[in-house]
Amino acid sequence: MAGEAAREEPVEAAETAVDLRREFEESGVKAVLEELDRTLVGLAPVKRRIREISALLLVERARRRLGLAHEAPSLHMSFTGNPGTGKTTVALRMAELLHRLGYVRRGHLVSVTRDDLVGQYIGHTAPKTKEVLKKAMGGVLFIDEAYYLYRPENERDYGQEAIEILLQVMENQRDDLVVILAGYADRMERFFASNPGFRSRIAHHVDFPDYGDGELLAIAELILERQGYRLAPEARAALERYIPRRRTQPHFANARSIRNALDRARLRQASRLFETAEGPLDAAALSTLSGGDILASRVFGLPEERIGDGEGGS
Amino acid sequence: MRLTQGTFSFLPDLTDAQIARQVQYALDQGWAVNIETTDDPHPRNTYWDLWGQPMFDVADAAGVMLELAECRKVFGERYIRLSAFDASHGWETIRLSFIVGRPAEEPGFHLVREEAEGRRLRYTTRSYATERPAGQRYG
Repeated sequence: MAGEAAREEPVEAAETAVDLRREFEESGVKAVLEELDRTLVGLAPVKRRIREISALLLVERARRRLGLAHEAPSLHMSFTGNPGTGKTTVALRMAELLHRLGYVRRGHLVSVTRDDLVGQYIGHTAPKTKEVLKKAMGGVLFIDEAYYLYRPENERDYGQEAIEILLQVMENQRDDLVVILAGYADRMERFFASNPGFRSRIAHHVDFPDYGDGELLAIAELILERQGYRLAPEARAALERYIPRRRTQPHFANARSIRNALDRARLRQASRLFETAEGPLDAAALSTLSGGDILASRVFGLPEERIGDGEGGS
Repeated sequence: MRLTQGTFSFLPDLTDAQIARQVQYALDQGWAVNIETTDDPHPRNTYWDLWGQPMFDVADAAGVMLELAECRKVFGERYIRLSAFDASHGWETIRLSFIVGRPAEEPGFHLVREEAEGRRLRYTTRSYATERPAGQRYG
């Protein structure tokens, strides 16, 4: 484990050569990356980027052992992408990765938004932010929709105070804490432009692309498999038609929309079974979503030409 | 006179790295770590003032050390101790407590003799520091 490795470090300081391949396998980084490949559909650029970062950190760790580098590298990151593209999930894996490599001591993830950091009245913000930082020490602090911290339209907004405390800790306690900022790409860009302190302290920018229709279908199957459901062939076909229609609706949130759609389909399946079942049901009936469960969705009711300008989404 | 209360009190003062390792041990056991201060070092004064809140949900010692640094800034001239509370059933008590900060000058204790019935003597101790009102006792 990483804890033991850290304790042994002074002894190993006398090493003169490092076998990177062996390090890669023994540190458990390989296992984390393989799990990432297996459990996350698509996201090829993200996976490539994470491979690059872990290679860099592995080399950096080897350099430190041989006494070539002494500074702790800056590990703060920013994850940009649309909602439902897996930012939080990847952040969780990232925390584990950094823990395996010994860059954070505990490897837990503390996920917060503006509400957790910024107070409501004068003098409320600093203790709140410090409380969160205290909890995140030794792990990864994940700030979702980080741009809400900065509200340029209100110059007395307390967000600025939280930003200053964050920046100070990001700079001075690099050994204790890794900060990951997440949000939409364009708004993050504006946030960084008005807070140059953040941009210069963030070493890695990772961009999360939207999922393709095929990828979303694969995700749907993965979600259902985990919940012990399966799609009837006509349900699969219906879902294939559902995805592009849902995409054009407002408030489309990639994998999260798919998960919600499946939750609704399960609801319809339950009520269908309840109303139509006569006599005992077998396991297959209880775990199969039929085409009707999917086709009952609201998006199929919309006329073809109205898709795209529909109001509200659910 | 050097105050000796709690664990490790006959050892030289712990360094911050040593404190952090003790704190990490306590956190790994699932104990909540508290920072407490006082300016009345009498051994029977068990209830010190709590600094902030008990740290139930801190995972790493660095969080506690952050708070300790803050406390030392404010109460550098008081006694500061860390205590670790075990909330598990059957214990529900402090499992570890040690001093992590003390005033630069510790005046020690006065032995007070009281004449009781007959020729009996009753003894008690009083800290010289408490001759002055709370808040003005050290520094």
